[in-house]
Amino acid sequence: MTMYLFYFLAFLAILCGLMVILEKNPVHSVLYLIITFFALAGHYLLLNAQFLFIVQIMVYAGAIMVLFLFVIMLLNLNKETEPHKSNLVKFAAAISAGLLLVVLVAAMKGAETLPAPATTNADMGLVKNLGQVLFTQFLLPFETASLLFLAAMVGAVMLGKRDIK
Amino acid sequence: MSTIQSIPIANYILLSTVLFCIGVLGVLFRRNAIVIFMSVELMLNAVNLLLVAFSSYWNDPAGQVFVFFVMVVAAAEVAVGLAILVMIYRNTGSTDIDVLNKLKG
Repeated sequence: MTMYLFYFLAFLAILCGLMVILEKNPVHSVLYLIITFFALAGHYLLLNAQFLFIVQIMVYAGAIMVLFLFVIMLLNLNKETEPHKSNLVKFAAAISAGLLLVVLVAAMKGAETLPAPATTNADMGLVKNLGQVLFTQFLLPFETASLLFLAAMVGAVMLGKRDIK
Repeated sequence: MSTIQSIPIANYILLSTVLFCIGVLGVLFRRNAIVIFMSVELMLNAVNLLLVAFSSYWNDPAGQVFVFFVMVVAAAEVAVGLAILVMIYRNTGSTDIDVLNKLKG
């Protein structure tokens, strides 16, 4: 059962990931990317990462993708006006990405001999457990992340202004 | 019986490798800057999936906290990147990356 669910979600993620880059209309690309994110959220749920499942849906599918859609609507890009790269460039891109895939798969060879883990903790992905790790072991990176957000917010407002006096 | 015990970790490695390469292909393949941003998001998500899989494999919550930080960085990157994109569109009238060749010698 879990096996079938895994293969279904993996197939969905890869198919919609391909559609993101092959679709000519940017709005359709965003919608396919949202399906990919939901498939990955399903993987997180299968892996007992319940907190990341919710965060993936809220932050990625909710916030980031809405931002993408807003910008596409704002710039009125929802039409297929994009001029395409020459066939030579496309061919070179496909070859490069395929070679990268081959290299990565070859580099990861041997992982199938890794034994299944002996013990698993089903409560590990819950907010209680992750919060404890986040606020003890990773307190400094957490505070730095808030600074990063502040800088990003100021930067986005600065860039978005039409004329800076 | 947990999922990570019934599905080999090699499957997750293969899945995230394929997703990452799709993202790389998108960055090389497309000219629209928004689609290139989306491909970068796809690559970040492929890495996130692998981090969660290994976090579950080694029974270590640090991997999931890393994923949380990757999401933070992705959100900040998208906010600033899309602001830059809006400004580029305002100045050049398109989001085609081949128009932006002013730095070319």
